[in-house]
Amino acid sequence: MYTMSSKIKSFSLILIVVGAIGLAYSFIDAPSSVEEVKEMLHSDGASHEGESVAMEANSSSSSDAHGDDEHAEHIYHQLQNKPWAAIYVPALFLFLISLGVFVFYALQNASQAGWSPVLFRVMEGISSYLVPGGIIVYLLLILSSLHLNHLFVWMDPEVVAHDEIIQNKVAYLNTPFFLIRAFIYLAGWILFSKLIIKNSRKMDEGFDLRLHKRNFKLSAGFLVFFIVTESMMSWDWIMSIDTHWFSTLFGWFVLASILVSAVTTIAIVTIYLKGKGYLEHVNNSHIHDLGKFMMGFSIFWAYLWFSQFLLIWYSNIPEEVTYYAQRLEDYPVLFFSTVILNWVLPMLILINSDFKRINWIIVFAGVIILLGHYLNFFVMIMPGTVGESWTIGIPEISSILLILGVFIFTVFKALAKAPLTVQHGAFLEESKHFHY
Amino acid sequence: MASKSLHAIFTDDDILMQAVKALREKKYSIKEVFCPFPVHGLDKAMGLSHTRLAITSFLYGLVGLAVATWMMDFIMIEDWPQNIGGKPSFSYIENMPAFVPIMFEMTVFFAAHLMVITFYMRSKLWPFKKSENPDVRTTDDKFLMEISVNENNVQAIAEVLHENGASEIKLIDNK
Repeated sequence: MYTMSSKIKSFSLILIVVGAIGLAYSFIDAPSSVEEVKEMLHSDGASHEGESVAMEANSSSSSDAHGDDEHAEHIYHQLQNKPWAAIYVPALFLFLISLGVFVFYALQNASQAGWSPVLFRVMEGISSYLVPGGIIVYLLLILSSLHLNHLFVWMDPEVVAHDEIIQNKVAYLNTPFFLIRAFIYLAGWILFSKLIIKNSRKMDEGFDLRLHKRNFKLSAGFLVFFIVTESMMSWDWIMSIDTHWFSTLFGWFVLASILVSAVTTIAIVTIYLKGKGYLEHVNNSHIHDLGKFMMGFSIFWAYLWFSQFLLIWYSNIPEEVTYYAQRLEDYPVLFFSTVILNWVLPMLILINSDFKRINWIIVFAGVIILLGHYLNFFVMIMPGTVGESWTIGIPEISSILLILGVFIFTVFKALAKAPLTVQHGAFLEESKHFHY
Repeated sequence: MASKSLHAIFTDDDILMQAVKALREKKYSIKEVFCPFPVHGLDKAMGLSHTRLAITSFLYGLVGLAVATWMMDFIMIEDWPQNIGGKPSFSYIENMPAFVPIMFEMTVFFAAHLMVITFYMRSKLWPFKKSENPDVRTTDDKFLMEISVNENNVQAIAEVLHENGASEIKLIDNK
């Protein structure tokens, strides 16, 4: 049995407290009126000139003032959105990591893998974040639909009234249907995870072929349910932020990002627990296999990233290409650094077979991959919500800390609830002696 | 000096592995082992060094990438930069996404084919090559181990082989 060390507990609590304070500060710090933004813009301009003419807002000519007003209101909405988008990105990212871990777990069950059963409890532990993570994400979606923020422009009836493109999508993109769909996805994922994990825990008392078969069928059923809901989830929660834009392979693109981050998280938690002396049956062949999955899924992600980019860049149709035009203009460094962090570096580091057996190299590559995929979600969500007003400052970092704290606390608490190795399983012996 | 060798026939790969380990323990050097199929762990038991074929493949891939990049930069950008459907042919990087499919395929092509040819050359395989098989049964169901011997140790080695389950042992004059 594993017991959560007090270090981990206090570490995660510190993350939560620091993150919560930072996030609260960023909500207070966000401008509360257009006037405030105007002042800010003026003092910004003034400080460039080295003068303090902040209060001379009304001295400019009338046509200029009108343009200024529009610009200031635009910036005002972006800045208002900033703390919301900042918390939305890590909340979604870490929730989808735990979902991805559970998908990987279901894949191992359904494919009757012989190498992974000694890692099942690690995967179950990380999947336990599905409940709190799902609640956080759903709460954010509800708050958005209550018009507390403008993360989703199509939720604003005033915008829709003047926008024919969105009007044509209202049959799908309307708030009640959106919330019902989100509820169905979340309820389905959580229900499947509860059922499968419950059966796995029950199996600790003795091997039962019926339970094994039931988990096999449940996993196969979950994978079918997942691939449909994942695709719709990516349209709803991510693509609908850029309401005028659509892409057919978007669901796959998000899936690749989820899977590679999930496998990386499994590897890092496994190496941590192994380093602390738990997980006696895990050897470097298991780590090697996880390393191969990390590299393979990284390349898969890059393939989809490039396929989406190439097709839109090549045909250059105005209604599609604005998506990338905005990202290349406002996020050039982040946009290309995701490719380097998520594909070039993992591929070059993990291509060597011997390297994939060395713990610190896997952790090193894993940190790069997780950072890169956070930025991937950042670049997917931020341009449509805060546009050119993005920064990686207090709101973003503190919301990462907050969510990460909740994640670590939940995962390690769940890991302590059952023996860290499943006690019985059809492929357990094979997995204990797995050697590559 | 070693003008003779022993050919020992085994009927099972487990027994073969045992014999290999026993001979290695006594520091007798095994010249060659002929098997009808890959025996897992045989290379480790014999102490063969790891193959470097993967490293050559990586390097060949880099060559392929360089060739593709140089070729398209010369043709599309340097030599005759035409406006084809509005694609920006001012510099390589501006038009790069269009070149990536070719860069990828050339990398794979070079890595795969040159590695295979390297494999043929290193293992001395080509059409009309004379077979080096010492006993036709080794392509079907028998395992053959070849050990260099001299007059001093031939008896000792034969005994070790016999103890470890060799079904036939032959003394062969090297040509």
